[in-house]
Amino acid sequence: MRARALIRITFLGAFIAWLVLIFSDVTILFSDIRGLHPDIPVWLPRFVFDLYVLCLFYYYKFKIEKEESLNFTDLLWRVFATGLVATVVSLGLRLILFLLGDTALATNILFTDVVYHINLALFLSFLMAAFTSWKRLILYQKSKWLIRVWTVFEFTLLFALLYDSINSGANGTLSTIIAVLLGGLGLVLTANMKWVAYLNFKQKWTSLLLLLLAFFYLGYFFYTTTRLADFIGIQSTSFLDFREHTFSLSIFGFVMVYSLFSFLVILFNLPTSSVFEQKLEEVVNFQRISQSIQTEQSEESVYNILLESSVSSVFADAAWLEIKSASEEDRLFTYGISEPEARAIQEHVFNNKIKGVLDQGVDKTKNLSKHLGTLKGARFRSLLSFPIVVKGEAIGTLAILKELPEGFNKEMTRVVSTFANQAGISIENFRLLEEAFQNERYKEELKIAKTVQKSLLPENLESNDDFDIAAFSQSADEVGGDYYDTIRINDHKVALIIADVSGKGTTAAFHMSQMKGIFHSLAQQELDPHEFMVRANQALVFCLERGSFISAIYFVVDSKSREITYCRAGHCPVLYYTCATDKSAYLQDKGAALGMVKNKTYCNMIDVYQLKYEKGDVMVLYTDGITEANDSKGEEFGYENLEKTILEVKNKDAKEIQEHLISRLYEYSGTDDINDDFTTMIVRFK
Amino acid sequence: MVQIKRLQEDGIDTLAVIGEIDASSSIELDLSIAKSVGEGFKKILVDCSSLEYISSAGLGVFMSYIEEFKDKGISMVMFGLNEKVANNFSILGLADLLHICGTKEEAKQLVNELSI
Repeated sequence: MRARALIRITFLGAFIAWLVLIFSDVTILFSDIRGLHPDIPVWLPRFVFDLYVLCLFYYYKFKIEKEESLNFTDLLWRVFATGLVATVVSLGLRLILFLLGDTALATNILFTDVVYHINLALFLSFLMAAFTSWKRLILYQKSKWLIRVWTVFEFTLLFALLYDSINSGANGTLSTIIAVLLGGLGLVLTANMKWVAYLNFKQKWTSLLLLLLAFFYLGYFFYTTTRLADFIGIQSTSFLDFREHTFSLSIFGFVMVYSLFSFLVILFNLPTSSVFEQKLEEVVNFQRISQSIQTEQSEESVYNILLESSVSSVFADAAWLEIKSASEEDRLFTYGISEPEARAIQEHVFNNKIKGVLDQGVDKTKNLSKHLGTLKGARFRSLLSFPIVVKGEAIGTLAILKELPEGFNKEMTRVVSTFANQAGISIENFRLLEEAFQNERYKEELKIAKTVQKSLLPENLESNDDFDIAAFSQSADEVGGDYYDTIRINDHKVALIIADVSGKGTTAAFHMSQMKGIFHSLAQQELDPHEFMVRANQALVFCLERGSFISAIYFVVDSKSREITYCRAGHCPVLYYTCATDKSAYLQDKGAALGMVKNKTYCNMIDVYQLKYEKGDVMVLYTDGITEANDSKGEEFGYENLEKTILEVKNKDAKEIQEHLISRLYEYSGTDDINDDFTTMIVRFK
Repeated sequence: MVQIKRLQEDGIDTLAVIGEIDASSSIELDLSIAKSVGEGFKKILVDCSSLEYISSAGLGVFMSYIEEFKDKGISMVMFGLNEKVANNFSILGLADLLHICGTKEEAKQLVNELSI
């Protein structure tokens, strides 16, 4: 909005300045012819001329220089359009003059002065438009140095403009110095033609045409204004003659020279423009391949983009891409060639035992083309082939075909090999991305497994007036293989279990859930521990895979007879603290782990033990993760430490003993990062 | 990490297990035993004198061969177990299922007796 207002204000300013210019100049001229002293100061026309030029400068600055959306041809088009309007108006005037013929008005010097000023204004307006546009072209890809040169140039022009208005007549020494300076700066600036390289072939033609027309306008206006100025000059010198202005001449010269240079540079660039376009397309194609990994849904899209890009970059006619994979059969992607045709060429090349097809180091064009010639009915006469490498392993071949014989040069070979490399990287990235997604999904699933497994461990443990129980379990991985549980068999019997599945991780977690099922179904049947173990073994023998087993201890606590009956199946021995004697001991007894022995002999390998409990006794159940917890030196926590730790808090209740043990354990290992599952269950009798 | 060295003499295949056997390295142990069985050895000795630690997964490997050995008439004897490793075997109740000896000579004698 603000820019628009400024454009209008500057336009209005230029128009008013111009009106004042005509009026004052005509008045002075009239006075001079009549030999009168003019009522207005003689410097007024020169002064308003400056104003007019400055207003034009800012008008075009806002209109052209600040307009971001203009591209190079648009800029030239603006200049052309301004010139066209100016020329049409000027030609219109000419037509009127022609129609007037040799009437008194037509030969009147004052009328001629008005016509001259209209033409001059149009001329300058066109010059300023061109000047502003050239500025943008010159300052394309600018450097600090270039900006400085341009600023100096602009200020010198301004100085010339002001100097002209003070000192009429362009013959002074200073005027010459200014003219030379402007000429030098102008030439330096004219050398900046970087924008030409970015025009495509069509744009170059357009630009040439537009520049040619700009020449025509420049020539026409220069001719017209000079003629008019000559005509007036014969009768009087008291008018604003632009030819005496260093500024006007300099800016005309600059616009002219830059137009000429641009014209020539574009003209000579025409034959090579396709090369630049090709390079640009290569860059764009590379970008497309790289971006395709993020946006495309499949590897297939990446392959297709690769084919399309490589074909268009080397002006080939067809291409195929063969992807080898260990699991599936070879996949063939084709572009501009049918699959049977491609297979036929492959077979032909293979049959001819041509070496170097997959070797990047040699120039294959000649060899392969020669061999293609011997293939009947093939339309292709040139073949280029490249391996696509992912992580140092060739996963496929890219082949580019041309109908022309000897159709590939070294440069093209290089380009396609770059494409093949880029494709390798893209495919690798794509696969990595896929892997990352997969891993993320596994992680999510493991999280679910963890929640499920957590729910397998009991939230509330059985307790009664005789004892209370506290338990703690922590897994090294997301899911673990430790299990503990309690179940009430009847009003005076409670079954307890602690179990450890061999190995850890997901497999262990599955087996643990099996153990839970077995415990819950067998314990309900009021089996004695021996029978429980035999049946559990029988069930597990067929469930566990080779090499897996479960160690467990199964207890039945009878609060009526105050007796514990238990069976140990390969599990860590129980630590039992007897309050009456104030002594603790590991219960040494016999028993093989579950799921190891696959026949009936298991019932002989397991024994039942019984002991009576008293008030204040503590029974510590644990898994080997506790005794095998390592400290920073790799020393195990061990049985002695465990016993010592328990004795420290022997008189506390179950929960306190458990918390003390776990905090000790963490203290000992010195890290939160444990490498095995560990579980403990403390039973304290009351 | 574990390293397993095999040495064949008098028709006896001796596997020297050096280092620690945990869940991941137990695969190596499994492969070595399978190789020995595959090559047709009927007498296998396992030298555990340099075995520093064995996890439940490692114990599972020995255990998993018990049935196969019985079927194929292969006898395996282990010797030189350190206290900690031996304790692990006995806790699991494996001591009754496997043949465990103190020294190599005893083991050799036992494996020869067993295979008769």
